[in-house]
Order: sequence, then structure tokens, then C-alpha cells
Amino acid sequence: MSQAATKSLRVYFSSSIGKKQIMAVTGLALCGFLVSHLLGNLLILVGADAFNFYAYKLTSNNLIYVAEAGLAFIFLLHLFLALNLTLQNKMARQDGYYMKKRTGRGATLASSTMPYTGFVILVFLILHLIQFKFGPVYSTVVDGVEMRDLYRTVIEYFAAPLNLTWYIFAMTVMAFHVGHGFSSTFQSLGFNHPKYTPTIKKLGLAYSLVVALGFAGISLFCFFQN
Amino acid sequence: MSDKTMMLNLKIWRQRTNKHKGEMVDYKLDGVSPDMSFLEMIDMLNEKLIRDGDDPIAFDHDCREGICGMCSLMIDGQAHGPQALTTTCQLHMRHYNDGDTIVVEPFRAKAFPVVKDLMVDRSAFDRVIQAGGYNSIAVGNAPDANAIPISKENADLAMDAAACIGCGACVASCPNASAMLFASAKISQFALLPQGQKEAARRASSMVASMDIEGFGNCTNHAECEASCPKGINLSNIARMNREYFKAKFTNNEA
Ligand code: HEM
Ligand code: FES
Repeated sequence: MSQAATKSLRVYFSSSIGKKQIMAVTGLALCGFLVSHLLGNLLILVGADAFNFYAYKLTSNNLIYVAEAGLAFIFLLHLFLALNLTLQNKMARQDGYYMKKRTGRGATLASSTMPYTGFVILVFLILHLIQFKFGPVYSTVVDGVEMRDLYRTVIEYFAAPLNLTWYIFAMTVMAFHVGHGFSSTFQSLGFNHPKYTPTIKKLGLAYSLVVALGFAGISLFCFFQN
Repeated sequence: MSDKTMMLNLKIWRQRTNKHKGEMVDYKLDGVSPDMSFLEMIDMLNEKLIRDGDDPIAFDHDCREGICGMCSLMIDGQAHGPQALTTTCQLHMRHYNDGDTIVVEPFRAKAFPVVKDLMVDRSAFDRVIQAGGYNSIAVGNAPDANAIPISKENADLAMDAAACIGCGACVASCPNASAMLFASAKISQFALLPQGQKEAARRASSMVASMDIEGFGNCTNHAECEASCPKGINLSNIARMNREYFKAKFTNNEA
């Protein structure tokens, strides 16, 4: 790469707009991941064997390590930039207002709580990995193949009302995060048009509802399996 | 002219200099006419303060007809007060009632340090403009009208962007004290017209860099800026700036 190009890239990645756009791309990628995760989880509704077989297929493919590394990278980048940008934003107004009122035509609850809802998602994610991926391991046999009985791990987890409550709370929080985040990414990437932007906003709300209700619905299903 | 006057309870930020600590001070002002503008109401208070031998309240203003961008103020927690599409100088006291309490503070941002009382230093905006908010191509005498074809849509959008008076309400109302609505309006008014497109990449690059150096925050797409802009500058300008900046960094050699 030429020197000018490297400089351009370096400046881009350290600029407000560059960071915002990477925030958007990683956020959108995470939104994509959520959809694939939800589709996988829907197999819980089909039955133990279907879900276990899917999880087995997924984890026994070596490409899973590449996918996991990619996902972790995207997540960490999103997290790092979130921290960096949020701190910069706090620094940009050190003396606060005595009185500050929203116009009612701009900021929403979702948009003003992005760093906090993001933090809850981070805590949720860590616990989520501990509880499921690194949770109790049982084994089962499907079509003569021995594999992990992840279905049982999940159902047992949701037997506790406290676990169910926390899970549904976290999904609600996530709905707020992506409720603002989804349409926000389009604006950050420069896509704003009077013809499409209202639709994108509605799509963002629909997306957040579908994802949150999807995950929460499955957790309720699991609760009632007990 | 209405002859009903009102009494107001004012809570106003007083700060001797940038080095001193400031505080909210309570004032009672009687005899305020509903026909006064907000700034005339402060003038009236200042005359009273001067008569009483007190230090008058410093505040920014110039044209007092909503075109220069010099007036500012956070009034009851909103930049330029509660009226949409209205500068403080064009806000009238008829929107208030006898006995109301009004909170008045300066615009707050690290990049807009307080000079005294309600007066803030907004020269950071001037430096952002100096970084590229101009056209440096000499074009000779005024060309014939319509010699350069420009679509009606783009002419309108450029005109809308050029309505920005650089008052800084966008920064003041933004939860992140971001200056992106301002910078994007200035970038857009040129990027939309053929005369400005020649330097679009360099302009986007250097104005964004300047904005970052001044210590403004980053946009998180709340749209509080658009809602409090007295000139109705639209959020689509920020999207255009985001595109222009990306284009400059990835498709242009000189930026
Ligand atoms: C470690 C956990 C996370 C933290 C701390 C976090 C934090 C943030 C912050 C601070 C922003 C910028 C605020 C804004 O633009 O208004 C943001 C934006 C966003 N986040 Fe997250 N987030 C996290 C996880 C996620 C996840 C799991 C997703 C996907 C489901 C996601 C999707 C988004 C999207 C789409 C945006 C919008 C980007 C933009 O404004 O251009 N985030 N996040
Ligand atoms: S004083 Fe000129 S715009 Fe208000």
C-alpha cells in the first residue's frame, strides 16, 4: 500500500466519523449474528434431538473456530469503540447543565441509554457463555451418534424463575439497544433519504421486537417444559 | 400593544471569568411587557442592575433579527428556548406568563468555554470554517445565470444547508456536544453544487479533522440538534458528511 493510502486509512480509523462507521458496521454484523442465533434456537421448539443435532453439527465443524474468532473480534471492536466514543462524548461536556430538557423531537429513551444497555448486554453475554457454552455437560445419542445434550442444559437453566426473569430482562434491554442501533447504523454509514429513512426506522423497531420476543418466547417455552 | 406587564423569577448563570466558579443567581424582574423579546427582557434586567450598582449580565447578541447567529442561551433547558425554529433574539415574552420562573444558562461544551456569565467563546466554529468551509477556486466575474446547470433539488438542498447561521445550538443541545450538524451543513452547501465539488474531498477531510481537534463529541444520532436548530438544518446533512468523508478517505488521493 502506498504511504498516502496508509495515512488516509490511519486518519480515517482515528476520526470521529471513521469510528462511528466502524461502530455501525460491527453493530450491523452483530444484528446479523442475532438473527442466525435466533434461527438456531428456534430448533428448541422442534425438539431435543433437532436442537442437539444442530448444535453438534455447528460445533463439530472446524470452521466454527474461525467464525467464533471473527465474532469475538467484531464484538471486542464494537466494545472498544463504544468505550472510546462514550468517554470522548463525556469529555466534550465536562460542566453539565443546571437544567436540560429534551425537545421531544430528538433523543429517545433508547438513544440516550446506548452505553448502559450495551453494558448490560456485555454482562449478559459473559454469564450466557458461562451458563450454556461452558455450563453443565450432559450427553445423549441421536441417530447412533453420541453428542452433548445441550437441550437439557437449556431446559434445566430455565427451570429457575430467577434465571428466566434475568433472561427476559436482558432481552428487553437488548431490544432498546438495537431499537436505536439498527436505524442508527444507516445514518452513520451515510444512508439517509426521505423516501427510505422512515421505512428503515420502522424496520429497526420491527427487528428489535422480533429478536427480543423470539428469544424471550423460547425462554418461556423452556420454562414451561419443566 | 398590550399594556399587561408581568413579573418574572429569573435564575441566571453568573460567572466572572473562565477562571472563576460560576453559580445560578435568582433575580426578580417586574414590568416585563409581552411585546419584548427575550434579549430586551435581559436588557431591562441589566438596566436595573446598573441602576443598583451591580455588574450587568454579559450575553451574546448582534443582529437581533435571527440572521447573524450571535445570540445563544439555554432557556429552561433548551437551546434558544422552547419555540421551535426560533433564535433567542426572536423569542418573545408573550410566550411566558406572570409569575413564571425562567432558567437561563450559557451554551455548554468543552469547545465553547464561558467568557463571562452567559457569553461563550464559539471561535472553535470559525476554525472549523477556516479549515475548509470556503471555495478557493477563482471563477472570474459573475457568470450568466444558468450557465452551469444545477438541478432544482440540489439547489434547494444547498440553500437549506446554507441557512445555517453557526449559532452553536446544535452543539449546546447535543447530549455529546457534537458539532456534526454544523460541520455537515457547511460541507453540504458546497458538496451539492458543481463549484464546490472540485474541493469536496479536501474540504470534508480537513473540516472533520478540525472539528475533532476542537474537542466536540461524536454524533450518536439522537437528532436533538435538528430539533433545536433555529434554521431547521436537517439530519440528512450529517449523513451526507459521513458519505463525503468516507469518499474522501477511500477514493481520493489528495485527502
Ligand atoms: C459489549 C456490549 C455492547 C456495548 C457496550 C455496546 C455499546 C454501544 C454503544 C455505546 C453504541 C453507540 C451509541 C449510539 O450510536 O447511539 C452502540 C451502537 C450500536 N450497537 Fe452496541 N453495544 C454492545 C453490544 C451490541 C450488540 C450485541 C449488538 C447487536 C445486537 C449491538 C448493536 C449496536 C448497533 C446496531 C449500534 C448502532 C451503531 C451506530 O450508531 O451507528 N451492540 N453500541
Ligand atoms: S442576535 Fe443575530 S441571530 Fe439572534
